[in-house]
Amino acid sequence: MSMFQYDFMDNAFAAASIVALVAGLVGYFLVLRAQTFAGHALAHVGFTGATGAVLIGVSPLWGLVSVTIAGGILMGFLGEKLAHRDVAIGIVLSMSLGLGLLFLHFFTAYATQVTALLFGNVLGVDLPTLRALAVLGLVSMAGLAVISRPLLFASLQPELAEAKGLRLRLLSVLFLAIVGLATAECAQIVGVLLVFTLMVGPAAAAQKITSRLFAGLTLAVLFALIEAWLGLTLAFYSNWPSSFWITALSSLIYVLCLLAASGRTRQHAVGA
Amino acid sequence: MMQADKAAACHGLRIELGGRVVLEHVSFAIEQGEFVGLLGPNGAGKTSLLRVMLGLLAPAAGQVEILGGSPAARRSAIGYVPQIRTNPAGLSLSARDFVAAAAGGSRWGLPILSKSDRADVEQALDLVGGAALADRPLGSLSGGERQRLLLAQALLGRPRLLLLDEPLVNLDPHRQRDVVELVQKLQRQYKLAVLFSAHDLNPLLGAMDRVLYLGGGQAVIGNVGEVINGPVLTRLYGSPIEVMHAGARIFVVPGAQP
Ligand SMILES: Nc1ncnc2c1ncn2[C@@H]1O[C@H](COP(=O)(O)OP(=O)(O)O)[C@@H](O)[C@H]1O
Ligand SMILES: [Mg+2]
Repeated sequence: MSMFQYDFMDNAFAAASIVALVAGLVGYFLVLRAQTFAGHALAHVGFTGATGAVLIGVSPLWGLVSVTIAGGILMGFLGEKLAHRDVAIGIVLSMSLGLGLLFLHFFTAYATQVTALLFGNVLGVDLPTLRALAVLGLVSMAGLAVISRPLLFASLQPELAEAKGLRLRLLSVLFLAIVGLATAECAQIVGVLLVFTLMVGPAAAAQKITSRLFAGLTLAVLFALIEAWLGLTLAFYSNWPSSFWITALSSLIYVLCLLAASGRTRQHAVGA
Repeated sequence: MMQADKAAACHGLRIELGGRVVLEHVSFAIEQGEFVGLLGPNGAGKTSLLRVMLGLLAPAAGQVEILGGSPAARRSAIGYVPQIRTNPAGLSLSARDFVAAAAGGSRWGLPILSKSDRADVEQALDLVGGAALADRPLGSLSGGERQRLLLAQALLGRPRLLLLDEPLVNLDPHRQRDVVELVQKLQRQYKLAVLFSAHDLNPLLGAMDRVLYLGGGQAVIGNVGEVINGPVLTRLYGSPIEVMHAGARIFVVPGAQP
């Protein structure tokens, strides 16, 4: 019995592929800039947006997208003002999960909605959602394509980039808006609590084993795709949740890359 | 227009930060191809002055001209080595990709280098003796090696004025001499004007043509002998300063109250 006999599996694979592509690319820059926490935080506030949207009868995807983008822009503007505010940020994040929960309390299909939003429901992706994901994926990749060159410069050498006329704040705002969009997309597949697994895992693993920019970007996308596809396949045959398999594979790949990297440095040390 | 033939000219500069006057009455000019040491203790305003010359900080009063134009208009003619960061991003990236990020890095689009950009990057790496480092990850390099990569980035696009912010900090004396000699070689080879900031003047003694000394919120410029002596520095700081010579080395110390 092939899993592709089922339409929902076709949709799931298509959706996961789009999101993995976006997550790998955006995640690469997120890890490079040491801003992985932003992805995590945006997913949390996105939960409030999604549940708020459900409450007023709008699709949760659009609630999620608008709040994560707005959150990303706000974070970009606040910039360094957010540094060392761990407690304040923590309170805002738990408050948004709490608010989301309250919104869902007023909604009848409570339990399934909660798990779908928190942990993802890739098997429930219908055709309209798939189309929306494709459009959002194109928008975020186009945005990243436009800013990637100055973003790289500003990430690695902010003072020099500024001296060459780059506007660091503008770049940061644009990038975090794209991260917000990518976060909303990831949340459709693995849920708001596990966005890290698709966005940060593959990119961080890639940066462990290659020091070349394009190799790193390619590997990040490749890892994300493998994790998504293999995760879905394992979920289909085991009947366990796909989000579990994706997180397990993401961790596995990261650990393997870590071991490969430490093996390589040990070889260097011996060889030198 | 003040002095179009100068690499840089400042007149009557006042620099304020957070409502405090950092520097005042600063006037000087740097000739083309000249090596000027920018000296002064920590907090004297070296970084602030460089930021004004880069057009990143607006002076509260006075004018700055770089190669006869405004700093913003001369952006591409200025090479800048910022003070090295304690926790830089991208430690996993190779030295070559790190340098390449600065090649035309302010244009929108994908980070794909043109043929001439790539040639520029290789040449800049060669000039700083960084070709052998090119494939190593940034995180595996020493402070001196990283400093050379910053210099390579500053050389992209063939600048005519090089501004260096404390490139000797955290280097041992051997590496300090290597960096100074490297900058001096580039200065002569390309007729670069150099403004090299440091808080100790000794590593720069053989290399600099003149010294721009910041202290007490003011600046003096001149030959080492003209500037680094008790009376001039005492007037600058407004408190007694003694200058001691030990062999070829010079030490500036607070003097005894008369
Ligand atoms: N953003 C700022 N706001 C207020 N004061 C500042 C700011 N940045 C630096 N300063 C102060 O300005 C003075 C000059 O700083 P700086 O130019 O960095 O000196 P240097 O580079 O010579 O060590 C110092 O006293 C420093 O404390
Ligand atoms: Mg400084």
